Amino acid sequence: MNYQAVLKICCTLVLLATARAQAGVQVFACEPEWAALAGEIGGANVETISATNALQDPHYIQARPSLIAGIRKADLLICSGSGLEDGWLPVLLRKGNNPKIQPGQPGHLAASQYVKRLDVPAVLDRAQGDLHAQGNPHIQTDPRNIALVARVVAQRLQQIDPGNAEAYRGNLAAFEEKWSAAINRWQQQAAPLRGKRVVLHHRSWVYLDNWLGLEEEATLEAKPGVPPSAAHLNELLTQLKASPAALIIRAPYQDPQPSEWLTKQTGIPNAALPFTVGGTPDATDLYSLFDVTIRILLEKMGPAGE
Amino acid sequence: MKYLRLPLRAAAVLATLLAAHGVGADESIDALRAELGALKAQYESRIEALEQRLDAAEQQLAREQQQPAEPVESYAAVAAPPAASSYAGAGNEFNPAMGVILNGAYRSYDKSPEDYYIPGLPSGGGLADEGFSIGESEFIFTANVDDWFYGRVTMAVEQEDNDFSTSLEEAFLDTLSLPASTTLRFGRFYSSIGYLNDKHPHSWDFVDQALPYSALLDTQYGDDGIQLRWLAPTDLYLELGAEVFRGASYPAAGDAHSGKGTQSLFGHIGGDVGISNSWTAGLSWLNADARHRDSGSEDDPLAFDGTTQIYIADFVWKWAPNGNNRERNLIFQTEYLWRNENGDYLLSGIDGPEPVDADSSGWYAQLIYQWQPGWRMGVRVDGLNLDNPGPQFAGSALEPLGDDPLRYSLMFDYSHSEFSRIRLQFERDESGLENNNQLTLQYIMSIGAHGAHEF
Repeated sequence: MNYQAVLKICCTLVLLATARAQAGVQVFACEPEWAALAGEIGGANVETISATNALQDPHYIQARPSLIAGIRKADLLICSGSGLEDGWLPVLLRKGNNPKIQPGQPGHLAASQYVKRLDVPAVLDRAQGDLHAQGNPHIQTDPRNIALVARVVAQRLQQIDPGNAEAYRGNLAAFEEKWSAAINRWQQQAAPLRGKRVVLHHRSWVYLDNWLGLEEEATLEAKPGVPPSAAHLNELLTQLKASPAALIIRAPYQDPQPSEWLTKQTGIPNAALPFTVGGTPDATDLYSLFDVTIRILLEKMGPAGE
Repeated sequence: MKYLRLPLRAAAVLATLLAAHGVGADESIDALRAELGALKAQYESRIEALEQRLDAAEQQLAREQQQPAEPVESYAAVAAPPAASSYAGAGNEFNPAMGVILNGAYRSYDKSPEDYYIPGLPSGGGLADEGFSIGESEFIFTANVDDWFYGRVTMAVEQEDNDFSTSLEEAFLDTLSLPASTTLRFGRFYSSIGYLNDKHPHSWDFVDQALPYSALLDTQYGDDGIQLRWLAPTDLYLELGAEVFRGASYPAAGDAHSGKGTQSLFGHIGGDVGISNSWTAGLSWLNADARHRDSGSEDDPLAFDGTTQIYIADFVWKWAPNGNNRERNLIFQTEYLWRNENGDYLLSGIDGPEPVDADSSGWYAQLIYQWQPGWRMGVRVDGLNLDNPGPQFAGSALEPLGDDPLRYSLMFDYSHSEFSRIRLQFERDESGLENNNQLTLQYIMSIGAHGAHEF
């Protein structure tokens, strides 16, 4: 083999690769909502990529080569944490050869650490399903959690990129003002929903329920992470006939068949809420994510709907 | 509450003024005084009543401020509580993550596995015992050593002819903070050549290893050594690596070159096509020196001195609608292995070493389809192309007989959760002397910490 030729090709590749200009702070977000939030706080000073889109179940992502390449160049990693990405993120972190975003570094942000987690199991036993020891990781369905994480994102960006600290502070202040006004608006719009009973496909919505005062009647998964079975759906049918709920809720990446079957049997409407940015065509940013969520909830079970 | 306070104050001032004016006047003074006194009493009682209402209103306000709908700006209701520090001091706070893989099977064959061997292959291949067996169970320990190193130990318990043996499959350290996207791995580990070589048996898609690996690399090449990997800063995934190993395990042997008998180079690239497809491809080279590598039986010794070179090309394509693996996905995977053996074979019944320069190759292609959460099916075809080293080896284990070895596998598996899998596999094995139909029922269960899987 001509080793000189191989060496030349390798050197050329290295030069080509390192010559790429990198503009701004590279943010690797595990989920679309954190990519959107990094965009709100970072503005033009950050470049964001999201490892997943709204149509993918973030529990089950392949540690794809493209994601390793993404991790490799990241300055800041933002993930929900609490075990949501345990099936794939550890591989990315080990194969990405990037010390800046390892746990414990300023470049590693596990968003759920900064909010009050619900569903923290009292007993850890996998017979209870695929439990998250640190609590339910789907924190983005409560906009107050997003406000709390926004502050941490701003603080980390200032730490990583002190040159633009002023811009990050300004962006955060502007976001907080607009966001808290939006939260007030959503809370007023959603006031009629308080106390309504809902059925969840997976416990992806406990933070939303907690925020809006929705009451969980049941879940389609008998145990977290175990696909809805015919036996369990039949049990649910009996339960729902005895004490009906107002809506069956699922995420866009979850199989619609079980909830549609229940709707057919019970007449209780079902809906796919956006869950994250991009979950429906009109949920294009964090604001429209909640606009659409509350609009769908009101349409399906507002005062007129029930 | 402010609307209450103003008239109250006005009333109080008016009352005081009226009282002051009432001192020192003429005859009507007494009448006026009486009138004023009545007025004063009236005002005082009204002021008292108003003050009581004000107090009540203020208390109500204070109560409301303490409890209700939190002020939006502080989000106190949903903020993380301060972390409780509970240091027990038991000494096990930093225990490594521990996981156990339980892997067992029931096997049934048409032909006895005792008579199975692949003609032309010095290592002979081999079939697992029939009936019930626990196969291979693994104990895995992983943890960060400190901010520089990550450590991993995999111990395997295997059964062979009712004898249980424990082996240290892997025991290595990875660096965590080398600059320029490089990682150094050292200790005992599976080489990163090819695609399947560093995959542990519990992550195989079939019960058994693909034929080219089991035939040419004795299942997978692992040894004591050191590895350097570099990841290119490109959007396209590109990883290059080099390894040096002791050279103690097949196809090396005898720790050649003062215990640096095996060298390898590998490169992997990969990327996405749209959101539904992703792929990886790689090229690898392994050079292994063998010093008196025994691979025959006791009464029919067969030893090799020389060099084995192996080239591997691998390609994997994964598809899932919208990249959502949970519901449905399809994986196509194929590899081609080419091997050259150059050296001398020492056989029983032949005087002196016989020189050999033989090329062999092996390949497999497989398709795995998950059609709904938990349920998968897969097909695999694998085969070998073994070179005849020459007439001097006629009648020895090195002489390939008949057709090229070929095997067809069909499997179904069900995963009730991420941690359990039950698999049924049918195989039509045309790699040995006689064609063999094989049926295997396998379980793979994971308890404790379960590491994330690679692509």
